[in-house]
Order: sequence, then structure tokens, then C-alpha cells
Amino acid sequence: MTTSEDFSLVVNGSHRSVVDALPGESLLFVLRERLGLIGSKNACEEGECGSCTVRLDGETVCSCLVLAAAAADREVVTIEGLTSEEAVLSDVQQAFLDAGAVQCGFCTPGLLMAVDALLDADDEPDELTVREAISGNLCRCTGYGRILDAVDRAASARRSQVTP
Amino acid sequence: MVTVTIATSIDDACAALDSDPGALVMAGGTDLMVEVNRGTRLVGNVVAVDRVPELRGWSLEGDRSDVLRLGAGTTCADLAEPSLAKLVPALAQAARTVGSPQIRNAATLGGNLATASPAGDTLPVLAALDAEVELRSSAGTRRLPLDEFVVGVKVNALVPGELITAIRVPVLNGPQEFLKVGTRNAMVIAVTSLALVVDRPGRTVRVALGSVAPVPVRAIEAEVLAAERCDFDGMSVPPDEVVERFAILTADAARPIDDHRGSAAYRRHAVSVLARRAIRRAFSGVPSVAA
Ligand SMILES: Cc1cc2nc3c(=O)[nH]c(=O)nc-3n(C[C@H](O)[C@H](O)[C@H](O)COP(=O)(O)OP(=O)(O)OC[C@H]3O[C@@H](n4cnc5c(N)ncnc54)[C@H](O)[C@@H]3O)c2cc1C
Repeated sequence: MTTSEDFSLVVNGSHRSVVDALPGESLLFVLRERLGLIGSKNACEEGECGSCTVRLDGETVCSCLVLAAAAADREVVTIEGLTSEEAVLSDVQQAFLDAGAVQCGFCTPGLLMAVDALLDADDEPDELTVREAISGNLCRCTGYGRILDAVDRAASARRSQVTP
Repeated sequence: MVTVTIATSIDDACAALDSDPGALVMAGGTDLMVEVNRGTRLVGNVVAVDRVPELRGWSLEGDRSDVLRLGAGTTCADLAEPSLAKLVPALAQAARTVGSPQIRNAATLGGNLATASPAGDTLPVLAALDAEVELRSSAGTRRLPLDEFVVGVKVNALVPGELITAIRVPVLNGPQEFLKVGTRNAMVIAVTSLALVVDRPGRTVRVALGSVAPVPVRAIEAEVLAAERCDFDGMSVPPDEVVERFAILTADAARPIDDHRGSAAYRRHAVSVLARRAIRRAFSGVPSVAA
């Protein structure tokens, strides 16, 4: 398959067409500037901060480091797709609120994506596992204490959802 | 018009590169997109190879299934999986220190190798293992030993139109270590790194260093000492004077420079610390580790 300035992405389950993209546009740029999905944040543009984290075919990646045209027809899930209904908070979102893990909020969408992926793989992570899982997400407000607390709460919420 | 070709087979990718040898090969994009975003790399035609299943798998080869062939598109996350980690533990350890989970999900072994950065974390492990690089173009396949592939700071032996298709490493019977010093534990580029592998039946130890020379270097004199003085049967801890001598000889192999990440003197010191640590961990008195 060859794509150029026009291609289509599968974002949160819907086909979205992108027209007149310039060479080298990142997935993050296309999500924010062309598709109006501004939940993924743009900070470092070099993969260090994690605030642009999305799931690509299920795996978390920094969307700033994905060439948008090369992601044509792959499954992209952004923070906007974390819950099926917009008004409902996911377990991880609720836990972040309950724990007071949100201060300025800039890192929050990326962290929510990373934690959601962690809990999909392991709903009883020990602290080291949690720290490693969020090592690619920088937060300069909280000092991480409340974020670790939020992950704990989210993990127990998720365990109680899974009927034994 | 600038195009992005999404290859789905190696032949596909080679054909695209054959018609446009100047096209940029992109795998995980974790090195390339940083430059693209900064504006230091202009994007022409791209051949994306991250959806080529043949590049992603691994297999055991050889009469005794003791050669591991890793597809160039194997990600750092794949390398850290237990099934691969038990075959090449040091490579798994190195892969696990690359960036963050998000980076490891995208970053590939082939990309790390092609970038040929002195700080590339998989490189010292591949050097210690005497890895072989398999290259393919529409003209055919060739194989190069690692030291003929990584030839300088960010310089590799790829010719235009050529792809890395696989990396071959031996599956050894013996403990392995990868150790890395950086300014913090996560998401850090190595100031110094060291890989040590033991081949118990062959009664050899191989040591390679990263971030202390333009290309990965082997500490040959330290290897000779270890082969003579280590206990490959009982795997007992070597006497202190052997450990000390090993550390000095390993540090002597380093050719570090002063740069923004650390001074040459610090790097040489760090190498000796890592050498001591690695040899003591590998020969820790537990013969069963490699049984
Ligand atoms: C935030 C961050 C942290 C990082 N941390 C580390 C770290 O700790 N340690 C480390 O070693 N690296 C690190 N890196 C660098 C990078 O992630 C690795 O070098 C990675 O392995 C590159 O692989 P890739 O698939 O993303 O390469 P790409 O960016 O897709 O490509 C890199 C180069 O390889 C070439 N290439 C890729 N695949 C092939 C192929 N099959 N055949 C021929 N050429 C090919 C490309 O043309 C390009 O020149 C980090 C990067 C970021 C952004």
C-alpha cells in the first residue's frame, strides 16, 4: 500500500480521512490539528514525556513518534476513546479523581492511557511494576505519590469488575 | 509527490527500495521521528517496514538449534519477553533499559543497529555475542559480522536500497549480564554500558563495552584472563585479585571521551565498577545457573 497526502486512519473505531497532509506529519499532529482530537497532549515531541501516549493496535506508543501516513488503517485509540460513552468515566479516570492525582492535568491523558494498558495486562501490579509502567510519563506537579495511589485504586476497581 | 510505502513483505520493501534507493526506511520511528519533528531531517519518500511479519519473528537454527535468528523488526518489548529472555538474557536486559514502555513497544533491534549510536544499548550485547547481521536488497543477501556493520559513530555498512532483515546470535550455555550507568534509572541514554556473556562448555567469557568508544569494543585481554582463571565447572566466585585484574583490563579497553553525558575519567572508572559487578554476578558460586 502506498499513501501520500491523503490517507485514512482508524481512530477510536471510526474511519477518519486525512487530506492534504504534509510529509512527515506525526500521528499526534494529525490527531490534534487535523482531526480535532486534542486530548493527546503535545509537549516534548521526542518521546520523553509520554503526554501524547495512544494505543496503536493495542500497544501504547508515543503518537509524536509515529509517522501518521504509515499508521494508515491501524487501530488507534486515544484518550477520547478510553470510554465508550463520553459522560462516563473509566475506572482509571475515576481513581485519578478520587486520589487527587490530577494537578495541572497536562500529563493526565498520557498517564491514563499508560495505566489503562498496564491494568489490561496485570490487574494486581506491585509497586515496581507500576513505576516501570509509568516511567515513560513525566509529571512535574504531583511527585507521583498520588498517581501511585490512583493506580492502586484503579487496580482494585478493575479486579472487582472482573467476576471471578 | 512524496509517498509512504507500507511494505507487507520483505520482497515488497526491497522492490520499493529498488525503484527508489534514496527512500528512507522507517521501522519504529523512535530515532527518525525525533529528527523529523525537530526539522533536522527532511522527509522524502518513506518505506515503512513495521508491518512486515517476516521481520518480526524469531527462530532457532543450526544442527543443535543453538543459533537464534532474530528478525530485524523484533521490538525491544519482544526482546524482553520471557521466551526470548531465556535464550539471550543480556539482550533482554539491554532491551528492557531502552527508553520507556512506549518506546520499547515501537523501537526495533534493526533500528537500534542501523542507528549505530555509540550508546545503542543492544550493541555491546551483540558485540559480546559476535552477532552476524543479515542484509537484503533486490541484488541478494549478504551477511556481515557486527564489527563490519557498525563502522563508526552513527555509521553503518548499509548500501542504498539495502535492508537489515535479521540478526543472528549464538544461544550460549552460561550466565549473561548487561549493566548500564546513566544519570537515572529509567529513560536514560547510557553513559557507559557493559555486556558479559559466559560460554561454559567453551570455557570463555566475552566482554563488550558501550558508550566508551565510537563503536562497541571488546575487552580482549580481560577475556583471556577470565578464560584462564575462572571456574567454569563450579562457577565459584573468582579470587579478589582476579576480579581486580579483570576490572583493570576491561577499563583499559575503553577509549572514552569527555562529553555532555560524562567525562572520560568517570566513564573509565564506571567501566571498572561494572566489570567487577558483572564477573561477580556471573560467577556467583551457583553452578546450576547455566545447567
Ligand atoms: C525517548 C527515547 C528514549 C530512547 N532511549 C534509548 C535507550 O535507552 N537506549 C537506546 O539504545 N536507544 C534509545 N532510544 C533510541 C531508539 O529508540 C532506538 O535506537 C531504537 O531501537 C530505534 O529503532 P526504531 O525501529 O524506532 O528505528 P527507526 O527510527 O525507525 O530507524 C532508525 C534508523 O534505522 C534504520 N532502519 C530501521 N530499520 C531498518 C531495517 N530493517 N533495515 C535498514 N535500516 C533500518 C532507519 O532507516 C533509520 O536510519 C530512545 C529513543 C527515544 C525517542
